[in-house]
Amino acid sequence: MKRPLAVSVVGLLLAAAGIAAAQQDLAAYVSGDRRSGFTFLAPETRALQTDEFRNPGMLWVEEGERLWSVAPPGGQSCAGCHKDAAVSMKGVAASYPAYDEEQKHVINLEQQINQCRGRQKQPALAWESRELLALTAYVGRQSLGMPVAVKIDGPAAQSFARGKEEYEMRRGQLDLSCAACHESQVGAKLRAEVISQGQMNGFPIYRQLWQTMGSSHRMIAWCNEAVRAETYPAGSQEYVDLELYAKWRGRGLPVETPAVRR
Amino acid sequence: MAAATRIRVPATARRGEIMELRAIIMHPMENGFRMETNGEYVPVHIIHTFVCRYNGAEVFRARLEPGIAANPYLAFTTRATESGTIEFIWLDDDGTFEVAAATVEVT
Amino acid sequence: MTDPLLHLSRRTALTSLGLGALAVMALPGAAQAGDAEMEAALRDLIGPARASAKKGRILIDLPALAESGNSVPLKVSVESPMTPADHVKRIAIFADRNPRALIMDVTLGPRAGRAEVGTNIRLSGTQNVSVYAQMNDGTYWTETRNIQVTIGACDSLLLRF
Repeated sequence: MKRPLAVSVVGLLLAAAGIAAAQQDLAAYVSGDRRSGFTFLAPETRALQTDEFRNPGMLWVEEGERLWSVAPPGGQSCAGCHKDAAVSMKGVAASYPAYDEEQKHVINLEQQINQCRGRQKQPALAWESRELLALTAYVGRQSLGMPVAVKIDGPAAQSFARGKEEYEMRRGQLDLSCAACHESQVGAKLRAEVISQGQMNGFPIYRQLWQTMGSSHRMIAWCNEAVRAETYPAGSQEYVDLELYAKWRGRGLPVETPAVRR
Repeated sequence: MAAATRIRVPATARRGEIMELRAIIMHPMENGFRMETNGEYVPVHIIHTFVCRYNGAEVFRARLEPGIAANPYLAFTTRATESGTIEFIWLDDDGTFEVAAATVEVT
Repeated sequence: MTDPLLHLSRRTALTSLGLGALAVMALPGAAQAGDAEMEAALRDLIGPARASAKKGRILIDLPALAESGNSVPLKVSVESPMTPADHVKRIAIFADRNPRALIMDVTLGPRAGRAEVGTNIRLSGTQNVSVYAQMNDGTYWTETRNIQVTIGACDSLLLRF
């Protein structure tokens, strides 16, 4: 089949423009040498995340929005103290995990939400419960697009150091550390899956494999088990420290909550 | 707890215009082929039917099977005929149902 | 072996082979449907009209390659004026290697304006997605698209989390 040369050239130019446009779209998901998991996804999965209606995680965000103003019996609603989340929660998720004066250690966003519930004499919400995922996703969404910026000095320094140690420690029957894959083998393949940098800027995430939302600690536990290692419980200080270190690795990446991942 | 739903209906449309309607519901769509770590299969639990009504008249219906992804999403179209209510109904095989509705002003 | 990934993929491959074999033993006929299930679904849903179904008129918008079979975007459009005299009244979607071949059966009419539907589907692996569209005169049109479904190493493990 012969085509006029001019048509082919135009086609090539259009294709090049298309590739440039795609790369430009991804530029927002890169900061220095840090690349969001978003950049490792197939275009269809990326489209599922960026379409606010189709992104299934938005079901949890909207649920969180409803829960935000539901006052429990004998207590305040989130809105009772924090008013408009769009104002009061802007940037919060980008800065968690963070040192907590009350607990005297670093806590993550889920733990902060449960600490607030405690003040209102409400029982803590269970990890991976629909309510906790919804509230975390709603609070996270208020930082959409804001750069991840966690504090790692001062009272958070110890936690950060422990987290780095956890990150680099080989574990499990496969004797792999987080770093063994997510630093040394980024871009390589595990069967058909491309290894990402393991960035944590989009939690809670809607994961295709889970077919539901999951917390940062569920993801870490999943990875631990994938290398046949013992897991720590969700909310353990080990996982909070690890989350702080992993979040710092992705400093400058935009908050994508609720991110869609494989 | 009621299942969370989200719907998209244009607020206004011109008579005769084709409107895109979208609907999504929080639901596991358990297909019956998923095994728990104890070796037992999770029983089938799905939304089996989705219906859209425009001022009470059915304009779209879908029988859904376990081959539909979790948190079922549907996009389809209907022609704007008159102002009124567009209703979305999801029938769950546990006997429950969910309804969400929005109004459209047709000029 | 110094490469931890080579190590991982070999072990994982072995594990998944083991799991796959177990699944086949435990679930004869259910793990993968195959021709019999597809035949039965077409017989039950479409019936004898299937033999006279003509190829064409249907656009199946599906990626050539899906990175997760748990959710694959699908859009089906059927060419039709969608008038009371000439319209699509049914769109049935099948996946020939899913444990249940029928995915969705849509009923619509001239009020739809366009004969199209979008959703996310599950695919148990690389296979063909077929669509049968029935016109108001009872005749069928059909179209088929092949799709490759890839699997990551860790995805094939049965994990608690």
